[in-house]
Amino acid sequence: MKILIPIKRVIDFNVRIRVKKDGSGVETANVKMSMNPFCEIAVEEAVRIKEAGKAEEIIAVAIGGRQCQDILRTALAMGADRAILIETDVEVQPLAIAKLLKATIEKESPGLAILGKQAIDGDNNQTGQMLSALLGWSQAAFASNIEFTDTGLEVTREVDGGLETIAIKLPAVVTTDLRLNEPRYVKLPNIMKARKKPLDVMTPQELGVDVAPSIDVLDIAEPPARAAGVKVADVNELVDKLRNEAKVI
Amino acid sequence: MDFDLTEEHLAIQDAVAKVCSDFDDEYWTEKDTKAEFPHEFHRAMAEGGWLGITMPEELGGSGLGVTEAALMMNAVAKGGGGAAAMSTLQINLFAPHPIVVLGTPEQKERMLAPLISGSEKTCFGVTEANAGLNTTAITTFAGRVDGGYVVNGSKLWTSTAQEADNILLLTRTTPLAECTKPTDGMTIFFTRLNREKIEVQRIPKMGRSAVDSNAIFIEDLFIPERDRIGDEGKGFYYLLHSLNPERIIVAAGAVGIAEDALRRASRYAQEREVFGRVIGQNQGIQHPLAENWCQIEAARMMMLKAADLYDSGKSCGAYANAAKFLGGRAAFDTATQAVLTHGGMGYAKEYQVERLLREAMLQRLTPVSEQLILSFIAEKELDLPRSY
Ligand SMILES: Cc1cc2nc3c(=O)[nH]c(=O)nc-3n(C[C@H](O)[C@H](O)[C@H](O)COP(=O)(O)OP(=O)(O)OC[C@H]3O[C@@H](n4cnc5c(N)ncnc54)[C@H](O)[C@@H]3O)c2cc1C
Repeated sequence: MKILIPIKRVIDFNVRIRVKKDGSGVETANVKMSMNPFCEIAVEEAVRIKEAGKAEEIIAVAIGGRQCQDILRTALAMGADRAILIETDVEVQPLAIAKLLKATIEKESPGLAILGKQAIDGDNNQTGQMLSALLGWSQAAFASNIEFTDTGLEVTREVDGGLETIAIKLPAVVTTDLRLNEPRYVKLPNIMKARKKPLDVMTPQELGVDVAPSIDVLDIAEPPARAAGVKVADVNELVDKLRNEAKVI
Repeated sequence: MDFDLTEEHLAIQDAVAKVCSDFDDEYWTEKDTKAEFPHEFHRAMAEGGWLGITMPEELGGSGLGVTEAALMMNAVAKGGGGAAAMSTLQINLFAPHPIVVLGTPEQKERMLAPLISGSEKTCFGVTEANAGLNTTAITTFAGRVDGGYVVNGSKLWTSTAQEADNILLLTRTTPLAECTKPTDGMTIFFTRLNREKIEVQRIPKMGRSAVDSNAIFIEDLFIPERDRIGDEGKGFYYLLHSLNPERIIVAAGAVGIAEDALRRASRYAQEREVFGRVIGQNQGIQHPLAENWCQIEAARMMMLKAADLYDSGKSCGAYANAAKFLGGRAAFDTATQAVLTHGGMGYAKEYQVERLLREAMLQRLTPVSEQLILSFIAEKELDLPRSY
C-alpha cells in the first residue's frame, strides 16, 4: 500500500504574527516558515506505519510556491520516499487543494491519505473532509490513535465529550490530532539521503484543476488588545458586576 | 553575491535546534554547578548523526564542510547550552582531521568510526605549560623503541581528558635544538588514554565547568607504531590544516552564545517594569543591545565568509582569525550587556546570563588569543613586521 501525505508550509509556530498594514494578509517576508505541526504528525504516522511493515511507499505532496521544497525535503528526511510539488503562486483555498489532491490520488492510487486536521495559519479544518467527500472514501478526522485491522482501520478520535473509536474501511482519509504521536527529529544522515530522493514538480493545469480562489478575503486585522482587568473587593461585588455590568449571569 | 543560506543549511539549523530544545536551562545550570559532563546531550547529538558531520561518509559521517559544521555549532551554542554544549562536540569536528587526510584505511576505521557513533571520545593534547602559544616550544617527547615510541612529558588544559578513551597527542620526536626549522621534528599520535601511564588532574575554572579541562602528566607511555598519524616529524604541518576550521567553528559558537544572551536580554527588557514602564523603553537599555545586534551580525557574516572561502579551497587565514576575534568580542560584550540589562537579577543563576558571561570570556581566550590574531593580521594584511 502507498500512503499519501499532503503537507503545508506555514509561518513557524514560534513566530509572532504581524498583520500587513493594508489588511490584505500577514507578513511573510523574512519570516521563518516551517511544516504545519499537524502535517508533521501525519508524516510521522505514515513513517511508523511503513516501519511496521504495513505500507511500502510514502509520497509527500505540497501545494504552493517553489519554497515549499524545503518542507518536502524535511518530509523526505523524516522517512517519506518521494515528493511531489504542485507548483502555483496562487494562494490555493481548501476546496481547490482537495481537488488537486484528488487528482494526485487518482494518478498515484494510494490506499490511505493522512493529513493534518488543520493548518495553523488558516485554521480551516476543511481539506481532509472535502477530500474524502470528493473521493467517496471513508473518513476519520481528529485521529489520536490508528490501528490496522483485518478489514481496515480502527481510529480513535478526539471529540468534545472524550474519545470515540470508529472502524473504517480502506481506502480512507485520516486527519491527525495533536496526541497521535510525537514527530521524530530529523537526523543528519537522513537530511543527506533526502537530497537524493525524487522530488517531482507539476502544475495545477497538468492536473486539470482550476485553483482560482472562490472566497474573497475582505480584511485581516489584529485581535483587539485585551483590556486590563479590575480587582473586586468581595464575592458580592463580583456577582454584582457579572450580573449588571458583564450581564453574563 | 548570495547571502542566503541554502535549504539544506536551514534544515541543519532547524534539526539541531530541535535536539537542543530537549535540554533546558535547568539541565545546563545543573551540569555547570555540579561540573558534570553532559552525557545525555552528547548521546542525543550522536544519535542524530551530528558527531560525524565533517567525517567521511564511508565511516558513517556526512562529509560536509566547515560551513555546515559552523552552522551546527552556532545552533548548538544558541540553544541555551552555550560553551558547554559546544565543547561537548567540538573535538569531533576538526581535531581528527589529520586522521581523515593521512590515516590508513585501518586507522580511519579503528579511530574515527567510534568517534562518529559516539561510543568513544577523544581529547586533544597540544598546549603545554612552558610553551604557551608558541607551540614549537613543546617538550613532550616520543622516543623511538622497538615497535613504537615511549612518551614522557605533560600537557596543559587538555579538555575532556576525564571522559576520553583516546588522546590525539602532539609530541616532539626530534628536540627543537636539533631541528633545521622549529616547525620540524613534531609528530601526531592517536592512542588509547592509558590512565596507568597518564595522570589526569582537573583544573577548577571560571566557567564551562560541565566540560573538564586538565593538566596531564605522561610517564613512560608506550605508543605502538600503528598509532602514529602520517609521517614522523611532520605533525606540526598536519595540525595547521585544522587551525582555520577550528577558529571558524569557535567563532560560530561564540556568535551563538551572543545570540542567546541577546535574546534573553531583550525578553527581560520587554517584561521588566520599573518607574511605571518597561525598562526596554529606555534608550539607555535599547541602544547597547542594538549595538550588540550589529556586532553579532557582523561576526556572523565574517564567519560565513571565512567558512565559504575555506570550503571553496581559497586562502581564509585572515578571515578565519577575524571571525574568531569578532565572535569572541560579540559574545563577551553581549553577555556583559545581558547581565547589566537584568540588573541585580543578572547576577542570579536563574537568569542564565551570568553563566553565558563566564563562558563568553573563554571565547576571547581560546583556541588563539586576541593578541596573536591581531599580530597575524598586522603581519599578513598590513605588511607590518612579524611580532611573535
Ligand atoms: C577552558 C580551556 C580549554 C582548553 N582546551 C584545550 C585543549 O583541549 N587542548 C589544548 O591543547 N589546549 C587547550 N587549551 C589551551 C588554549 O589553547 C591556550 O590557553 C591558548 O592557546 C593560550 O595559550 P596560553 O594559555 O599558554 O597563553 P600564553 O601563551 O601564556 O599567553 C599569555 C598571554 O600573552 C599573550 N602573548 C603571548 N605572546 C605574545 C606576543 N608575542 N605578542 C603579544 N601577546 C602575546 C597572549 O596573547 C596571552 O594574552 C584550553 C584552554 C582553556 C582556557
